[in-house]
Amino acid sequence: MGQASIATTMTGAEGASRGGVGEWTAPFREGLAAGLPIALGYLAVSFSLGIAAKMAGLSLGQGVLVSFLCNASAGEYAGFTLVAAHAGYLELAAMMLVANARYLLMGCVLSQRFSSNTPLWMRALIAFDNTDEIFAVNIAQRGDVRPARALGTMVLPLIGWAGGAALGMIVGSVLPSLVVQALSVSLFGMFLAVIIPPARENHVVAGVVAVSFAASLAASVTPLVSGLSEGVRTILLTVGIAAAAAALYPVPDEEGETREDVPADSVDGRQPAFEPVALSSATTAVEA
Amino acid sequence: MGATGWAYVAIMAGVTFATRALPATLIRRRITSPFLRSFLYYVPYVTLAVMTFPAILGATGVPVAGAVTLVVGIALSWMGAGLFAVSGACCASVLAVTLLVQAL
Repeated sequence: MGQASIATTMTGAEGASRGGVGEWTAPFREGLAAGLPIALGYLAVSFSLGIAAKMAGLSLGQGVLVSFLCNASAGEYAGFTLVAAHAGYLELAAMMLVANARYLLMGCVLSQRFSSNTPLWMRALIAFDNTDEIFAVNIAQRGDVRPARALGTMVLPLIGWAGGAALGMIVGSVLPSLVVQALSVSLFGMFLAVIIPPARENHVVAGVVAVSFAASLAASVTPLVSGLSEGVRTILLTVGIAAAAAALYPVPDEEGETREDVPADSVDGRQPAFEPVALSSATTAVEA
Repeated sequence: MGATGWAYVAIMAGVTFATRALPATLIRRRITSPFLRSFLYYVPYVTLAVMTFPAILGATGVPVAGAVTLVVGIALSWMGAGLFAVSGACCASVLAVTLLVQAL
């Protein structure tokens, strides 16, 4: 049992409530494996962010720490641009909010995938690294997000992101610009690998992706709209297109949930014993 | 950039964490509205698609390289290649096309 050391660090309230350490080891390792390709991709992405951090004037420690804590390509890039311009703190905060606002939407999606016995601190910890790619991996899973698997998925990408930023800050300036440019598209490659396979399976998703491409292109050349920041355009297009798709093509409950693997008698696929509150909830109750 | 730099670090990290964690922790109940559930189902596809195109064209110095990368990425994903394979092939195709364009 070589995983004993990993498992023993995971025996929190969650592990106990689920019946012991054995239930943590396998999903955690599964998560580690899912995180490896993401980590390698992040190494390349954060490498170019490291170069931007250095040009913005941050020290090595500052650049690596902020990369480790943010794990956000568009957000970090926008932030470093303002840091380089010695922007005010409020301006920086506003920019980070706009560049990251899509995570508000993705956080809403994630909130629906936690089982109701997932403690608050665990939700916050998983949400901490709810990047585009890790989010995609988590929601591609059937049923509720399993905390052990989600934490396992985060480990290598966090190391890859911080390590890539460090490399970028240390050796970035000596690499030929050709190589840096080539690395800069790795992020887009990952996005395509996330959205295209479901588009192949589902015609509505394929249509949504095609419309999104077209609308995004149109927004980038339309005079007034193109003046908005990329972050704002992303939010407006996301809300508009996703709302239109939801109105025109409502998703059957099983599909939004992907819970085909559950007994038919447990209402909406959850074990009633764990879920007395969630089952009786009426609508989108937000607890303040 | 000493203390100012650390303040920048704190703001960037704090705002990023807030955007990710607030909805995920504050919404504790199940959203039952079919419209909202469908909306949240479509959100990731739209967001990622919008961020990819046309930005991929401008990501490299040569727009043609970006266009080729887009086609390569879609084709490989369609055929079922994994995250890392698609990502690596995209980087390689940018390198190849850029070198080709420079040689012509």
